[in-house]
Amino acid sequence: MFDARQRMPVCRRVLFEERSRSATVTEETTELTLPSRIEAIAEAAAKADEVAGRLRLSEDAAFGLDMAVREAVTNAVLHGNKQDASKPVEIAFTDAGGELVVTVRDRGTGFDPANVDDPTAKENLLKASGRGILFMRNFMDTVEWLPHPEGGTVVRMTKKR
Amino acid sequence: MAELSINERQAGDVTVLDMSGKITIGEGSVALRGAIRKLIEEGKKKILLNLSQVSYVDSSGIGEFVASFTAIGREGGQLKLLNLTQKIQDLLAITKLLTVFDTYDDESSALNSFK
Repeated sequence: MFDARQRMPVCRRVLFEERSRSATVTEETTELTLPSRIEAIAEAAAKADEVAGRLRLSEDAAFGLDMAVREAVTNAVLHGNKQDASKPVEIAFTDAGGELVVTVRDRGTGFDPANVDDPTAKENLLKASGRGILFMRNFMDTVEWLPHPEGGTVVRMTKKR
Repeated sequence: MAELSINERQAGDVTVLDMSGKITIGEGSVALRGAIRKLIEEGKKKILLNLSQVSYVDSSGIGEFVASFTAIGREGGQLKLLNLTQKIQDLLAITKLLTVFDTYDDESSALNSFK
């Protein structure tokens, strides 16, 4: 059972080394588990900034990563987990050689991006919400949503370094 | 320290909100919404948001600009934006909201544009 008081925040860095014939490929993952509260968004963004600093991302790339992580975690907290603080949001940053992979998992009932209106369409321009996914797609190279085998949805975003 | 500080001043019949900090989901967006609601209640309908000291805006903050714009518009007023940082300008371009908002980079031009 997930216990919000005892287990959060959890952050650990995991080092994987995979030896191939010609080179050593090192992956480094930073993981963070947060309760589904609004405050988690800023915490996740702070971790994104820390990762960006460690990977020496450019200022623009760091800004984009921060923005994409904020929006993904916002969606997980608000829409996926509906601000139920007992449900965790799990975030992982993996430096996979030439690209940074970010995953955000919620415990919601599923998400289909095809059901989201285009916020730049004329009829939607004056809506007060619905722009988060646009920012995620704009600032990352790839964004995809996958059902997690143990429940919930994972949004997986990549950014070339 | 508050995420967003808002200082209100009057320039003729235009109310200028000098904002400093972040306009993001939660505190920042709520502070802006409260400030706009208060101005509407006071009958102030010509509003200029000075964003020169706003370091960061997320989709919630952009949504709050839009909500403020439509709320003021419903009252027959106008809301305009002053001193956008390059990043905020980029976000408004991505969202195609540069076509919606009147934006200015000098205050006297902005003030003169209100009818």
